[in-house]
Amino acid sequence: MKYLLLVHHNEDAFGKMSETARKKILEESVQLTHQLHTKRQYLSASPLHPASTAVIVRVREGKPFVTDGPFMETREQLAGYFLIDAKDLDEAISIAVRVPGARIGTVEIRPLIEISGLPTG
Amino acid sequence: MSERPTKPVREVVEEVYRTESRRVLATLIRLLGDFDAAEEALHEAFAVAVEQWTRDGIPANPRAWLVSTGRFKAIDRMRRRSRFDASLAELATQMESSIDDAQENTDESIDDDRLRLIFTCCHPALSSEAQVAMTLREVCGLTTEEIARSFLSSPPTIAQRIVRAKAKIRKARIPYEVPSETALPDRLDAVLRVIYLVFNEGYSASSGESLTRHDLSAEAIRLGRLLLELLPDAEAMGLLALMLLHDSRRAARISGTGELFLLEDQDRSLWNRDQIAEGGKLVEQAFASRQVGSYTIQAAISGVHSQATHPTETDWVQIVSLYDLLMQASPSPIVELNRAVAVAMRDGPLAGLNLIDSVLRRGELSNYHLAHAARADFCRRLGQTAEAEAAYERALGLTQQKPERRFLEQRLAGLQDHS
Repeated sequence: MKYLLLVHHNEDAFGKMSETARKKILEESVQLTHQLHTKRQYLSASPLHPASTAVIVRVREGKPFVTDGPFMETREQLAGYFLIDAKDLDEAISIAVRVPGARIGTVEIRPLIEISGLPTG
Repeated sequence: MSERPTKPVREVVEEVYRTESRRVLATLIRLLGDFDAAEEALHEAFAVAVEQWTRDGIPANPRAWLVSTGRFKAIDRMRRRSRFDASLAELATQMESSIDDAQENTDESIDDDRLRLIFTCCHPALSSEAQVAMTLREVCGLTTEEIARSFLSSPPTIAQRIVRAKAKIRKARIPYEVPSETALPDRLDAVLRVIYLVFNEGYSASSGESLTRHDLSAEAIRLGRLLLELLPDAEAMGLLALMLLHDSRRAARISGTGELFLLEDQDRSLWNRDQIAEGGKLVEQAFASRQVGSYTIQAAISGVHSQATHPTETDWVQIVSLYDLLMQASPSPIVELNRAVAVAMRDGPLAGLNLIDSVLRRGELSNYHLAHAARADFCRRLGQTAEAEAAYERALGLTQQKPERRFLEQRLAGLQDHS
């Protein structure tokens, strides 16, 4: 079963952390992906650039609308993700608690709907 | 007319349904991997039972019969549907091939299934309301109407809550497992809370004619025992002790005509000494573990009452000090109210009245009938008849439990006789 772990944190607070502290969180996250990989639980993961770099695209009546960035002011922003393979929710939770971002923000676990007809590999 | 030595089969089936349906359901959920499929299979199995038991007699082990019948029915249904959906055929074959495991359904493994069911229903991924509703519905077999009544909600609201919880269990794949050793302590708190709510639902139903529904309390005690077997946790011990000590007074609590007797008015010879002894021993063990939590302290308080052969012999000094401990472990306005009652017993009604008024002034318990009933009692004992009358009226306006209402009405009438 696939789960998407969405890591949210407060970008301002994250930005105020020391360079070393931020680097450590990133390193730990990379380590986690390797630990998951050896257990065949890793599918994909990545940190994201800040929400200020976001671009919003909508198509209405066939016409694309491109605007800059997030339209909702939220306390926490999406900062990265882990796409994992876990046998059930408890296993997904046990992985989520190891995500370094969980200590400074929140990790939202979303089960994926498995559909057929997608390209493989 | 000839004698009928055996009960009609329909009656037997109904009895088996009452005592076994939840256990059968818990096992079917494990075997079928789905709540709704298991419920459907359960009902089919009972429908077949009415027919077949009439014809062939009652099986030696009705529970095992129901599990295997329900399972075969579910596999059958899946086969029929598999004509339209090929993936179901594979699933049906898988389920059939594990049939040997199913026949090893000892009493023990069925108890484990109930524990799996309870941990799944109390999973932290479900909201607290959903946990309670799921446990009462799935583990205890209450109807949505009964759950709605006990939580002052509407049946459609509760039904929707349960449907959503089941969808979440299925879609997020909440496992049907007892949590791993590392996760177990964290998961236990929610389970304890839910079990205690179930016990209370049985011990004092929220409205209606009968205040006690023994099956539910017995169920909660049984679940408490199971949990303790699995996890020798101090608070699980404390909760079981608390439930046993409360339950020990069941026979003395309600009269033949359904009147509610307060602790001080109960015939203490009716108290169940075995339950008191077991509860007391559990309290000692829990205190010895040095991880004393609120269930254990509440049980200890109940235990002090149990030791007094007459109300006047109650050790109120010890009870007040246990309430002080409880206020540290888990402070709440309800604990404050109970502490006020204990202080009144130790130091007199005026001390109690002052404490209760300070709680009521904060507005937290202003809609809680027992707060006003206690206030009324203090005023009555202080000779403040008008104040007492107003407080009894207020309490009456806040409760729908008939025995409690009768009790309050009697107190009110007694007050008016003396004035």
